[in-house]
Amino acid sequence: MFLAYLISLLILVGIYVILAISLQLAVGFTGLLNLGHIAFYAIGAYTSALLALVGYPFWFCFLSAGILAMISGFLLSLLINKIKGDYLALATMGFTFVVYAVLLNWTSLTNGPLGLPGIPKPNLFGLDFSDNYMFLILVAVVALVSYLILKLIIISPFGKVLESIRDNELAAKILGKNTFKMKFYAIAISAFFAGIAGSLYAHYITYIDPSSFTLMELIPIFSIVIIGGLGSLEGTVIAAIILTLLPEYLRFIGFPSSIIGPARQIIYALFLLLILVFKPKGFYGKVKLE
Amino acid sequence: MILEVKKLKKHFGGVKAVDDCSFSIEKGQITSLIGPNGAGKSTVFNLISGITDADSGQIIFSNRNIVGLSPDKISNLGFSRIFQASSLFDNLTVEDNLFLAFDNEDTKFWKNLLGLNRPTKIKKQKIKEMMNLVDMEKFGKQTARDLSFGQKRLIELIRAIINPHSILMLDEPVAGVNPKLREKISKILQKLKEEGETILLIEHDMDFTLNIADKVIVMEKGTVIAEGTPEQIKNNKEVLEAYLGE
Repeated sequence: MFLAYLISLLILVGIYVILAISLQLAVGFTGLLNLGHIAFYAIGAYTSALLALVGYPFWFCFLSAGILAMISGFLLSLLINKIKGDYLALATMGFTFVVYAVLLNWTSLTNGPLGLPGIPKPNLFGLDFSDNYMFLILVAVVALVSYLILKLIIISPFGKVLESIRDNELAAKILGKNTFKMKFYAIAISAFFAGIAGSLYAHYITYIDPSSFTLMELIPIFSIVIIGGLGSLEGTVIAAIILTLLPEYLRFIGFPSSIIGPARQIIYALFLLLILVFKPKGFYGKVKLE
Repeated sequence: MILEVKKLKKHFGGVKAVDDCSFSIEKGQITSLIGPNGAGKSTVFNLISGITDADSGQIIFSNRNIVGLSPDKISNLGFSRIFQASSLFDNLTVEDNLFLAFDNEDTKFWKNLLGLNRPTKIKKQKIKEMMNLVDMEKFGKQTARDLSFGQKRLIELIRAIINPHSILMLDEPVAGVNPKLREKISKILQKLKEEGETILLIEHDMDFTLNIADKVIVMEKGTVIAEGTPEQIKNNKEVLEAYLGE
């Protein structure tokens, strides 16, 4: 009983890790204050769910989720090419609202607020992942591979160019870097991983509706990125684990489920405040919030 | 003639920052732009770099008008520059700041992801050499943010030198640095000139400028009011009135 509960929690941790480290690439390493991450997650989840519901195999749904999210990332990066900082945050936030509105209102495709029930559990080349224990292995493998790819990117000279854009975009241009291309890559890669996280979520929960993809859902992920520390993948992973598990602890000291939801928000808010006051770079961050 | 500016114009609202400005730069020389604050020197730099778009006029570099190109394209044609304010990548190490200057192989995604773009021996050697040149060989692993003002200027200077270029543009390289460091920068620039570098310089420090420049261009109110050798400029009445206030 407890083991089953723990496994379901760890699956969520894995999905959050993928979401947070991919957001970290855009926000912490490239300096793009992207509030549209949850929209990529939504696009991934719906793409995967819709394809699976008409009978496509899981691997195809999973990859399509990432690729379609990546394409939307590309389109978004065309639109936001010239804007920076707060304005970028507002524009990308707008993107989240637009995607949410589309999911809610394009009822012939998305079934609107009623959502999509009956999404099949993954089945990969004969391996059945309908058991949660198996699903955890799948999530863990995907999270690990995502982490390694992102790590490879950021330790390479390519990653240094991304960081140079975060620190001083004009100076990067003056050194001859095509910063538009670089930002496009950052958003597209980040969106790809958000998309596959969405796919995993859809196939795990087996039912999705637009309410899982509101701006509110971005708050825990953003908290993880900031508390873990801008510019640190390791910090992000640790923060994702702690921040997902911590509110669950309340269950064991006797809080009812109805309080845990709101308590999560309070815990995140409290953590964020404490971090900003006492450790402005986050736990493992190397970049100062400007 | 390596660079020619023709009737360049840039107005910001009612302010004529650069107005009908024309001059040219010879290869292998140090050319210095001087003039009072607000004369339009930095705007001219920004127009050449493509950071600001010109209203009209031409900037001809190796038989090509570069007005309207983006800053990264202009840089890759053969321009390198430093800014008045520090423009180091603060959260990166000094070495990483310098590695970024070599080429644009680092913007190729797959090549880097597959690990095919490792720092070469030549690059490492070059960095070592340049750090030695400014006596900062021990600072490679230091985060740029933690350097002093003068050290930042030096690293910016060598970063601009490493960045492939035919013209090196320096916007007030010795503003706010101590006399000893000024002497050192002056020596470095002279050494570069001997190696055949073409340098375009903005500097308020007259001793510094008149000492190292081959040609001085005096700007006032967005346009060129005089040009000549340092000797000629020193004896030009108009310049003395406009700039030196005598």
